[in-house]
Amino acid sequence: MIGYLIDGPLWYFSLAVFSIGVVWQLVAIIFASRKTDLSVARGSASRGAIRNVFSRFIPHREIAPQIRVQVVAGYMFHLGLFALLFFAAPHVIFLEENFFGFGWTAMPHWGFILAAQFAFLGLIILWLRRMLNSVSRLISTLDDHVAAILTFVVMLTGCLALLEGFHELRLLHRFTVELLLIYFPFSCLMHTFTFIPSRAFTGAWFGRRGIDS
Amino acid sequence: MSERLQKGLEVLRAEVDSKVQSFFSSCVRCGVCAESCLFYTETKDPRYTPIYKTEPLRKLWKNEYSFWGKLTGKLGMTKAMTEADLADWEELVYDGCSMCGRCSMVCPVGVDIAMIIFKVKHALAVAGFSPEGLVETTQRAIDVGSPMGVTLKTVQAVIKHVERDTGLSVPMDVEGADYMALLSSNEIALYPEYLESLVKIFDHAGVSWTLSSEAFEATNSGLQIGNKAIAGQLVQRVVDGAEKLKVKTVISPECGHAYTALRWEGPNFLGKAYSFKVVHILELLDELRAQGRIKTTGMETDRLTFHDPCSIVRRGGVLAQPRNLLEPITENFVEMTDHGSMNWCCGGGGGVSGNERAEELKHTAFNRKKSQIEELKVDAVVTACSNCRMVMEDGIEANEMDMPLLGLTELIAEHLAEDRAE
Repeated sequence: MIGYLIDGPLWYFSLAVFSIGVVWQLVAIIFASRKTDLSVARGSASRGAIRNVFSRFIPHREIAPQIRVQVVAGYMFHLGLFALLFFAAPHVIFLEENFFGFGWTAMPHWGFILAAQFAFLGLIILWLRRMLNSVSRLISTLDDHVAAILTFVVMLTGCLALLEGFHELRLLHRFTVELLLIYFPFSCLMHTFTFIPSRAFTGAWFGRRGIDS
Repeated sequence: MSERLQKGLEVLRAEVDSKVQSFFSSCVRCGVCAESCLFYTETKDPRYTPIYKTEPLRKLWKNEYSFWGKLTGKLGMTKAMTEADLADWEELVYDGCSMCGRCSMVCPVGVDIAMIIFKVKHALAVAGFSPEGLVETTQRAIDVGSPMGVTLKTVQAVIKHVERDTGLSVPMDVEGADYMALLSSNEIALYPEYLESLVKIFDHAGVSWTLSSEAFEATNSGLQIGNKAIAGQLVQRVVDGAEKLKVKTVISPECGHAYTALRWEGPNFLGKAYSFKVVHILELLDELRAQGRIKTTGMETDRLTFHDPCSIVRRGGVLAQPRNLLEPITENFVEMTDHGSMNWCCGGGGGVSGNERAEELKHTAFNRKKSQIEELKVDAVVTACSNCRMVMEDGIEANEMDMPLLGLTELIAEHLAEDRAE
């Protein structure tokens, strides 16, 4: 019964909440009020916007040494998670069967293990830092902790689900994914998408002034 | 709900736009912005983390625009904002932020934190949570025309000295001149050499220019305190003066916030574009240099560096011009390790220098600039903002450093060739 719910209605419900929620939030943001800047631009806003979406992936030389932990652990986590999500063999099969109708070459098993280690280590370091660093402790919200814990649980159950002999572990993983999908649009996890308009807005602002931000 | 709180919340609500919604949705509280802010790096007080200074607006956004805020609101479970949510942020926003914008350059998800802090300042200013000193200077700017109480009589007295020392006349109220020059109160009161330099350079380069007896003040206290209506009112005076004299271009002086207010924010404060252009004095001088209309002679042999005024360089875009102007007259110029659009603030912008309560914090923040200067072992520092100059001279004196501060426009004037450019 539970298996039927998790593989059936709950899956579709969570997918609907995720996709409608994400689109709704993005539309609400992009179509919210915005005033035209009446000053005379010196440089190109659109060039600045596009440039900034990509340039912010690399921290400024002047600040890189001070933010080493956030940068290294952040990339370990995000790149590891990206590799797991799209190139772990069970996910490639899942995506082929449920979404795209075609698959692609999955990571070898050792690649999966490496990506998982990176993702776990990155997430744990970042979460520990969030709890131990005085700045992060002050500015963090409940949302930040829930998102971190939920992501960790999804990853952990994913590793457990590798024991393919135990069908229940796969269901547990799917269930935690569904919780994450439902939580996603109403949380800080939306930065997955909103970083693009945010970087673009700021890039455009600086671009009008002729500054590469 | 008190009237002050109501006014503050109304302003915060009006400030929530597409950018604010995107920014607050994107912030993941990584804390990177703290490492870019001299108020945090020099005090290690986490309250000076830039994104933390935006908390009043974030709370309103969360309560009224986020999913959870709207849900808890419908269930009557929202924790309403109180006066303390505004009052408790006055010190952080006014004393602990110079609006330098370095945080906006480093946020990994692209939040323009300085822009949000200005929105918070706007709300605090309207609600009456601003430092006494800034309230007084702003009122003086409205009543007298200058935050330091500088009147036309003061300007005329300075003009008299300049004309006597240079043998050149200072044009006043010349209709149809190409350029209308503005001055900041700091320049009139503390650095009158700036006007003398302008006179010499414009005579040398054959520039058609004028001052305006009705619109000579560039400093915008409204911007410093964060009150957009007052900022607009002060910009309007300049616009009226420029339109009356039918000038083509207005020159913003060596004052960071004047440039921000007039060049970039003014049209938005007033809701319409200008009928004239606005340039920073360094932009004009660089144009004249490129046209061959400024001939210089001799070189500074001292080891010099340049402090980039935040509102002019990082937030204003006048990045290459100071370097272009220094290159022909300095033979021993070195950049600060963190220079250009990533230079560190002097610590006195955003009204901090006019806020007595922030004196100690400002001196602590200056330690960053002090270490930048000491690292280079220079003989002097050049800059192009009278507020930066005043703040750094103050910091240099407090630290018993022997370090001259030079104004860039004055430096150029000192090296003008006797024969004029053709």
